[in-house]
Amino acid sequence: MSESISQEIVVKVSRLARLNLTPAEIERMTSQLAGMLEHFRDIDALELSTVEPMTQPYPLQNVLRDDVEAPSLDHDEVLSQAPSTESGRFRVPPIIGFDV
Amino acid sequence: MSDIATLPNGWQLIVGLEVHVELATKTKMFSASPNRFGDAPNTNIDPVTLGLPGALPVLNRHAIELAMRIGLALNCKVQPCTFHRKNYFYPDLPKAYQITQYDHPLNVDGHLMLPGDVRIGIERAHLEEDTGKSTHFGGSSGRIHGSDYSLIDFNRAGVPLVEIVSRPDIRTSEQARQYVAELRAILLAVGASDAKMEEGSMRCDVNVSVHKPGTPFGTRCEIKNVNSIRSVGRAIDYESRRQVDLIEGGGVIRQETRHWDDSTGRTETLRTKEDADDYRYFLEPDLVPLIPDQAWIEAVRAALPVLPAARRNALGQLCNVDKDGESAIVVVERGQDDYVRSVVDAGGDPARALVYVQQAFAEQGPTPKIPASDLAALTNLERAGKITSTQAKTLLSDLIDAGGGDVAVMATKRGFEALDTTAVESMVDAAIATESGAWLKYCNGEEKALGALVGAVMKSSQGKADGKVITALLRAKRSS
Amino acid sequence: MQKLVDIAFGVSNGSLSASDVVEQHLARIETRESEIHAFNCVTADQARQDAANIDADVKAGKKVGVLAGVPIALKDNMCTRGVATTCSSKILEGWKPPYDATVVSKLRAAGAIIIGKTNLDEFAMGSSTENSAFGPTKNPHDISRVPGGSSGGSAAAVSAGFVSGALGSDTGGSIRQPAALCGVVGVKPTYGMVSRYGLVAFASSLDQIGPFANDVRDAATLLEVIAGHDPMDSTSIPQPAPSLVSVLDHGVSGMRIGKVTDLPEGCEPDVLARLEAAFDALRAAGATIVDIELPSITYCLTAYYLIAPAEASSNLARYDGVRYGLRIDSPDLNAMYAATREAGFGDEVKRRIMLGTYALSAGYYDAYYGKALKVRRLISDDFARAYKKTDVVLTPTTPSVAFKFGSKTDDPLAMYLCDLFTIPTNLAGHPAMSVPFGTGAHSLPVGVQVLAPTLGEQAMFRVAAELERAS
Repeated sequence: MSESISQEIVVKVSRLARLNLTPAEIERMTSQLAGMLEHFRDIDALELSTVEPMTQPYPLQNVLRDDVEAPSLDHDEVLSQAPSTESGRFRVPPIIGFDV
Repeated sequence: MSDIATLPNGWQLIVGLEVHVELATKTKMFSASPNRFGDAPNTNIDPVTLGLPGALPVLNRHAIELAMRIGLALNCKVQPCTFHRKNYFYPDLPKAYQITQYDHPLNVDGHLMLPGDVRIGIERAHLEEDTGKSTHFGGSSGRIHGSDYSLIDFNRAGVPLVEIVSRPDIRTSEQARQYVAELRAILLAVGASDAKMEEGSMRCDVNVSVHKPGTPFGTRCEIKNVNSIRSVGRAIDYESRRQVDLIEGGGVIRQETRHWDDSTGRTETLRTKEDADDYRYFLEPDLVPLIPDQAWIEAVRAALPVLPAARRNALGQLCNVDKDGESAIVVVERGQDDYVRSVVDAGGDPARALVYVQQAFAEQGPTPKIPASDLAALTNLERAGKITSTQAKTLLSDLIDAGGGDVAVMATKRGFEALDTTAVESMVDAAIATESGAWLKYCNGEEKALGALVGAVMKSSQGKADGKVITALLRAKRSS
Repeated sequence: MQKLVDIAFGVSNGSLSASDVVEQHLARIETRESEIHAFNCVTADQARQDAANIDADVKAGKKVGVLAGVPIALKDNMCTRGVATTCSSKILEGWKPPYDATVVSKLRAAGAIIIGKTNLDEFAMGSSTENSAFGPTKNPHDISRVPGGSSGGSAAAVSAGFVSGALGSDTGGSIRQPAALCGVVGVKPTYGMVSRYGLVAFASSLDQIGPFANDVRDAATLLEVIAGHDPMDSTSIPQPAPSLVSVLDHGVSGMRIGKVTDLPEGCEPDVLARLEAAFDALRAAGATIVDIELPSITYCLTAYYLIAPAEASSNLARYDGVRYGLRIDSPDLNAMYAATREAGFGDEVKRRIMLGTYALSAGYYDAYYGKALKVRRLISDDFARAYKKTDVVLTPTTPSVAFKFGSKTDDPLAMYLCDLFTIPTNLAGHPAMSVPFGTGAHSLPVGVQVLAPTLGEQAMFRVAAELERAS
């Protein structure tokens, strides 16, 4: 674990996270993240090459449900919570810069 | 097929396919709202489908079984697996992550056989969830570029998908088409999907690169929006030519995603690798590992139907035709091979039974209503020379209209009584006399002249004489 | 303070009216809520209606549930159908879920009366409720001090007598720390014991719902109601709820109580003194004190502050202004996403989203997130070794008593250190609870934390009950 975090990386990460941080926030965030990452270097001292990552707090497997239909949510109730809808669908501004 | 693209100057095509299929479950991958195509927008929705705060996924057992069927039918190893989150923002992706399988997929290392015993490796067939559907409005084209806004329907979100990733073993566009067709036949046979490319329940992404044999594979481009088997071939032909032309013109292929436009027959750049997202895959903490035990795997395997390739093989042997020929492919695709077998079991002629079914039973489905014994009787009338092949076709259509019946009685009703050979021979002699000019040309080797002679005999027999018999008689007379 | 078991008993036998109980509690809220700010919303009308229905059922001779007429508060990150669920965030302001969380359905089925939704640090990220978009909750013991967090509203509501029980969620100490600071009992059950369905996720592999109550018996009663297998949560343990109330009088004679010899430094002396007093009390009641070591405990903070933000960065990506909640109108989609999330999230949430996104991103995963998962295994292994020697472990719940507003807001790391003793439990997936055990500096409450292995709730509650008897 590694070099300190740069403003450039903070900007890149903020784009990935879709956070429109102001320049002041970028600056503050960079120094705060750098401070935390510095503290997190404590685990660099540990020998972890033979340690299995722990991904489940309680060991369960094969949790499955039967393929049985349940009632859907009420269409109107759901749509009434949306910021913008049109003809029963969710409306969003034009999709630019995605090209999926 | 005649349209195999041969690349110039020794370039060779390398193709790998990623095929997404929606599974034929009643409910979604992780929740109990219906998996149903064509319903009113945003009606098949629940907290999980919409990615509402607090909603949690639970795996659909039947989706796992269908995915296992696909894996086993593709000769894959079915193994312990896990689910990851693939994180990216897009309005049709409700949670802003897709649950998918990453480093431990359910099915790995399989293969699929194409005609001519060509083996295409299957790298993996993994489970994931589908996204919702965006429709773009405003602008000129109805496409995403230049639109004013988009509307989102989440009915499709969370529908179970299996993504089948082939190895780059495909070398011609024809093989790619055969691969998709064969894969589709397998999916239908095992009941895993309705595999309708036009409705999007089966979707192909095509990876294309070119190279010269003995050198490493070239940079590949991924082509999206290929929505029919025909387009698979066309897109590959176009794209491989584009790459060769570009390289030979001194250009360099960039790794990129391209969009197939079926109307223009071209591919165009969608996005380059440089702006590819960083998906931040990590293990989905809301799900637990899936570890199918051997008993479960074997039960699914045991319940698999006989697969199309084996059925074509058996049908080919039964009817003494090429297993990769059109009649075997078509009849097995329609699931009518068992019916052909029952016609043969009822004493029918195998080759004729196959031809009748292929030609006349397109609308009949896998269990035709015509009793197998009736069709067997028809093949035998023709085989015995009691009716001509033309007459057999007429009777076949009568039989289908009536939903079955005694073909001998039908033949009599139609006045189809076979002429004996002596009668035909005298008609042939008469024709040689009346059409002497044609006969002379025929004797001088002009095969085209045969038509006039056969036509004359047909006319005088009022269509009852067998064309093959007439031709044989004329040929014998010429060489005598 | 009215015990919830007494209320339920009285209401179900007709000697108490649920309506009267609700009115008494609403009156207390009326008196002090403007000063405390425990609630994001009080559902008085619905509560009165529910109470009337319970009373009618009792009159009609119908069987009522074990929590009949008991006023309960819910942390405002649990979905309640038709009632705003905000997570104390502007991004969800006004959102009314179309469904109930499993715990809410269970409480209702048991006859509990939901009084309102309590304040929290935005999306449960914090230790003081100072990160709430709607302003902080005050500690009822001293309104110049924090109630702890993130479930500070629930802890304060119970402490102030607004309700007789409440639910919170605990990802790194968010139930136990405010319970200690407000002088009430707070329980974080074994991961998977209580369904997370309908709990707005912070860090999925760490989050767990649990109860706040005035005493150990009330907490056990509440936990028995909300625990048990839920097919809607794949990580729910397929076992029935444990029997807890039945073991409370079993005492601790013969039990082994673990004392961590390598406990991290930084505790106030008064807090350590109370811990020693707790050991003495248990020894006096017949338990044996056993020294144990948790050598990896100092690395817990790092592991936690990589894992929790990583999961959170993904869990909070769905707040995109498309289907519900806040949207800031913008000319194109990407601009709308960024403007909405910039305006909707507070500083701490943004900080953790940034940290988590970074820890998962290409090139950094192995160095941060991957390593943190391995450290998580080390902690878990430490505990496994310790629990071969002991039945439970006793530590302070928090390093200090309730602190003043603003004293830690400028230094995220100082705030994170509040969770030093509570985080290891979440990483291991174990149960732990905080029991009030006297007072420390400024006569403020001190909590002692009882830790137990997976599904060790019975042993944990026996010890907690003994501490309560001794305090």
